[in-house]
Amino acid sequence: MALRIAQANGAAPARKHSRKRIPWLTWLALAVTAIISLWPMYWLFTTALTPTSYAIKTPPDILPLHASLSNFQRLFSEATDYGSWMSNSLIVALAITIFHIFFDTLAGYAFAKKRFPGRNLLFWTLIATLMVPAYVTFIPLYIVSHDLHLLNTLWAVILPGMASVFGIFLMRQYIQTLPGDLLDAARIDGCGELRTFWHVVLPLSRPAIGALAIFTFVQHWNDFFWPLIALTTSNNYTLPVGVAGLQGEFSTDYGIIFAGAALAALPMIIFFLIFQRSFLRGVRMGALKG
Amino acid sequence: MSEITLEREEVEQQPRKVENRLLRFCKKYGWSYAFVMPSLLVFALFTLVPVVWALIISFQHYDFAWDGTWVGFSNYIHAFTTDDGAFVRALGHTLYYTVITVVANIFIALILAGLVQSCNSFWRTFFLAAYYLPAVTSVVIIAITWRWIYNSEFGLLNYLLSLVHLPPVRWLSDPNIVLNSITLSTVLTVPATGVVLFNAAMSGIPTELYEAAKIDGAGAIRRWWSVTLPLIKPTTLYLVVLYTIASFQVFEKVFVMVPSGVGDSTQVVVLQIYQNAFQEFRYGIASAQAFILFLMIISVALVQFRFFRTNVEY
Repeated sequence: MALRIAQANGAAPARKHSRKRIPWLTWLALAVTAIISLWPMYWLFTTALTPTSYAIKTPPDILPLHASLSNFQRLFSEATDYGSWMSNSLIVALAITIFHIFFDTLAGYAFAKKRFPGRNLLFWTLIATLMVPAYVTFIPLYIVSHDLHLLNTLWAVILPGMASVFGIFLMRQYIQTLPGDLLDAARIDGCGELRTFWHVVLPLSRPAIGALAIFTFVQHWNDFFWPLIALTTSNNYTLPVGVAGLQGEFSTDYGIIFAGAALAALPMIIFFLIFQRSFLRGVRMGALKG
Repeated sequence: MSEITLEREEVEQQPRKVENRLLRFCKKYGWSYAFVMPSLLVFALFTLVPVVWALIISFQHYDFAWDGTWVGFSNYIHAFTTDDGAFVRALGHTLYYTVITVVANIFIALILAGLVQSCNSFWRTFFLAAYYLPAVTSVVIIAITWRWIYNSEFGLLNYLLSLVHLPPVRWLSDPNIVLNSITLSTVLTVPATGVVLFNAAMSGIPTELYEAAKIDGAGAIRRWWSVTLPLIKPTTLYLVVLYTIASFQVFEKVFVMVPSGVGDSTQVVVLQIYQNAFQEFRYGIASAQAFILFLMIISVALVQFRFFRTNVEY
C-alpha cells in the first residue's frame, strides 16, 4: 500500500511533464480531425478564387493555382442584388443584436437580482418555450405578417427575433454572480432603477453582453428559414436566402456561386478569429449550468 | 436591509385602501415588471400566441382561404396520408438521420474532448477554434460546399475514389445513397459545441479523483469509464437533447444540397412542413405536422431526462 502511494506520488510530476508534450498519436488524431473540419472552408475559398473554367475539370486542383478575383467581379456585375443582400443582412443582424442587448439584459437582471411575485413562474415559462420548434410558429407568423403588410419587409424578420430565451438565461446566469453590494451601494447613493441599470449593471455585465452580442449577430446573419419565407423579392433577401438562390440562377457556374458563398461567410470567419475567446466562453456560459 | 424596512412600512400602513395598496405594489415591483416586460411581450406575441394559433389551425379546415370550420383530428390523419404518405417516409428518414448523427456526434465529441484535454493551453485553444470555425458559417454555405464536394462529375470525393481505382458514386442523385451522403456530411462536421462543452466538463473534474482511482489500481480506460464518464453525465444529457432536437429539425442541408429532391428519398419532416405550408398552402395539415414534430421533441426530451437522471451526482 505504502509502495503504491509512493509510486503515485512519483508519477505525478511525470504526468505534469507529459501534459506539455502531446503524445504524437494524439496530436495526429487532432490534426487530422482539424483538417477534416476545416476542409469545406478551405474548399469554399479555393473554389471561389478559381475561375469556373478551371473549376470544372478533372482532376481538380487541390491548391488554388489559377487564383483570381474574377469571380467576385462577375458576382457583382451579374448577381446585381448581392449588394442589397449584404446590407439587408447587416441591418437585420445589427438591429436584432441591439434589441437583444437591452431586452435580454433587462430581463436577465430582473430575474437574477429582483424579487417579485410570479418571478419563477415567468422564468420557467420562458425556459419551456425553448422546446417549441420555431417551425410551429411560422405559419401563424406568416399569416399575420401578410395581414399587417409586413411580408417582404425587413421588419418581418427583425420583429420576431428581438429577444431570446438563450440570451435571457445567459445574462441571468452572469448577473447572478455580480456582488449585490454594488447594486445596493448605487441605490444608497440615490441612483434610480434605470440609472442603476445603465451605470452599474450594464458596464459590469460587459463580458456576458459581448458573448451575447457576438452569438446573436452570427446567428441572425446566418438565419435562413424564416427570411426564406418572409422575404419574397430578390432585393429584400438576406445573404443566406440570396446565396441559396444563386444555385438556381447560375446552376453550374460554380465560380459565381462560390464567390457569393465565400463573401457571405468571410465576415463571420474574421469576426470569429478576432473574438474567438468570447465565442468559446459564450458556448460554455450558455450551457454548462443549464 | 431595504427589504426589512419595506416590510415594517407595510405593517404600519396595512389598513389602507385598495388603490393605495395597488400603488404600493406598483412602486415596489413596478420596475421589475417593467424590466421583464419587453422580452415577455416579444415571447407572448411571437411564440405563445402563434403556438396557440397554430394549434387551432391544426384542427380547422384551412387551405387557401380560411372558413373556420372545425374538422377534429382530420388534419392529423391527412398529415400521414397526403402525397401517398410522404410524411411517414419523412419521419423514417428524419429518425434515421437523427440516430446516426447524434450517436456519431456524441462519440466524436467525447473522444476529441479527451484528446484536446491532454494538450497545453495554446494547442487546446487552437484545436477548439479549428473545430468551431465552420460553425460560424451559415448551414446554407456549408451545404453548397458539400454539394460541390459530392458533385458526381467534378467533385473532390469522386476524384479521391478514382485515385484508389473505385468507380464514381452518384452521391446526390442516387435515391439509395443520397440520404446517407447528407448524413455523412453532418458526421464529418466536427460537433464543435460538444467538444467545447465536454472539454469544459472534463476540466472541472478534480484531479484527486483520478489520483485516487490510480492508487486503487485503475488503468487509463477504467479511469475514463468509472470517473470521467459518470461525472460528465449532465453534459452528455444536455448534448444528446441538443443534438436530437437539432437533427429532428434538419432542413437547410436537404433544401440546399438536393433542391429538387430525389423522389421521396430526401423527404424530412421540416421539408414536409415547408412544402405543405408554403408551396401547397395546406396550412391545416402543415400545422398538424408541425405539432407532431413538437410532440416528438417533447417526448424525446422527457425520455432522455428520465433515462439519464438516474444517479447523476455532482
